[in-house]
Amino acid sequence: MNDFEKMVEAYESSGGQPEAFKDSDVAHLVVAENRVLGAHLVPGLNMDVEETEKGIRALLVVEEGAKIKKPVHLCFGVLPEEGIQRIEMRVEVKDGGSVSVTAHCVFPNAVKVKHLMDAEIVVGNNARYEYRETHFHGNFGGVEVIPRAKIVLGENSALKSFFGLPKGRAGVVDIDYDAEVGANSVMELLARVNGYGNDRIKIREAGCLKGDGSRGLLESKIALKDEARAEVFNEIVALGAKAWGHVDCTEIIRDRAFAKAVPVVDVRHPEARVTHEAAIGGVNKTQLETLMARGLSEEEATEMIVQGLLQG
Amino acid sequence: MNLLEVRNLTLKKGENEILKKVNLILEPGEVHAVIGPNGAGKSSLAYTIMGLEGYSPKEGKIFFEGEDITNLPINERAKRGLTLAWQEPARFEGITVEQYLKISTNGSKQYSSSGIELPRLTPEEALLKVALNPEKYLKRKVDKGLSGGERKRVELASILLMRPKAVILDEPDSGIDTVAIEKIFEIIEEFKRLGIGVLLITHSHKMLEAADCATLLCSGFVVKTGSPEEAAEYYNVRCLPCPSEVYPQEEEKI
Repeated sequence: MNDFEKMVEAYESSGGQPEAFKDSDVAHLVVAENRVLGAHLVPGLNMDVEETEKGIRALLVVEEGAKIKKPVHLCFGVLPEEGIQRIEMRVEVKDGGSVSVTAHCVFPNAVKVKHLMDAEIVVGNNARYEYRETHFHGNFGGVEVIPRAKIVLGENSALKSFFGLPKGRAGVVDIDYDAEVGANSVMELLARVNGYGNDRIKIREAGCLKGDGSRGLLESKIALKDEARAEVFNEIVALGAKAWGHVDCTEIIRDRAFAKAVPVVDVRHPEARVTHEAAIGGVNKTQLETLMARGLSEEEATEMIVQGLLQG
Repeated sequence: MNLLEVRNLTLKKGENEILKKVNLILEPGEVHAVIGPNGAGKSSLAYTIMGLEGYSPKEGKIFFEGEDITNLPINERAKRGLTLAWQEPARFEGITVEQYLKISTNGSKQYSSSGIELPRLTPEEALLKVALNPEKYLKRKVDKGLSGGERKRVELASILLMRPKAVILDEPDSGIDTVAIEKIFEIIEEFKRLGIGVLLITHSHKMLEAADCATLLCSGFVVKTGSPEEAAEYYNVRCLPCPSEVYPQEEEKI
């Protein structure tokens, strides 16, 4: 089995759809450590990828007015127990362009692995960008994932970003995203992370609703047990008239885990509105007892509630 | 042997006795209503029978098909065929109606008296029985996107799928519109037809029409046990308004 096949196998075991790599209508990029193993383009999407001394540099451009029909599939990973993956990525969705990206980041054997992502995402006017990233880190907790993103969203556009780590250990996750949202555009940054053992999770997301009528949602849902720790710092600043934003953080903690949420709302226009809510606590008693009254054990009921939170 | 028997059940919360030597019997296919004013202990009785956290009786026993289940955890009671529908059903983030209903389809098989395996409903059929369109509801989340009444009907659908031997319905009509209340009556009738015993906690005289017998609770005491009409009449004449601040001290059988 060659490296590409090994990556595709890991991708599949983390929930990916390997047939996407055989579909000529589906663009893809497969990167193992700092090596490009495969890439495929479709009309309307340009990709420039190079291996550098530091890692991988990638430029993805959706041409003006181009609607990419099928989601672009990205697969990043480190299969050995140790390694560093460093990716610099710039995404440009030109005016009127539209694309969905499904990314899987797989580190199934990680004992000492670092995954560093520096992203710039520029979405033009009347454009749409949807990015869904699912992680699988194995059960050793030996992964450090440090994604950074600067996002600029034009007018009448939409961006939705989802970071999911629903199963396995998190290791160290340190997310730091900044976004600027133009007039009448919508930004959603969603994170779902499961942590246990001595995992450490830190999420900082900041959205600036600059344009009139801009909207933003920062939503983090985290489940922790054992000695895991999580800190969430989510902030929305509303500058534009009729800007609307919401910051939401829900965390379930068990055992000796602990969680902290610091929602910040900063409104600088009298016609703007930003709300926040944060709920941290154990598994909801009524939920638990309802499922147990249908015959599930306490462990089964807890798992269903936690997975529901992380899938929601 | 009774399906469910509550014998001298006493529940204490802090310094307060919430239930005081309560006795109650439920038979297969019987609808036994528990009525009484706010704070009478109706929901506490339901939670104690189901074994919820914080509702361990100080004294007394709960028997299910002759077995003492007083100290069993909730799921063990459920496995024996006892379940509860909450007055205010829980919301579940990220769990679809379909996923929620499917957890109730794993129960043990049931057989008629002639030994024929009784067919189970599908989630779609169960939703139709509570007047919810499966096409619209199966993929919806059981979260704040559903109204309280919708969640209540989804919960009843899950109980239809589970097909327990006994179900405690805590205020099944609260938050339900008048059209859907007729469906609740139909479901209770279906429970009876299937031989499922129903302990019906209610404020509503309308719901009493579905009952075969009734127990009137007041301040944790059983005041009356008898026909629904007798219990309702006693409640109307003697309890509304309450004749005194002195609560009854002993169970009185009609």
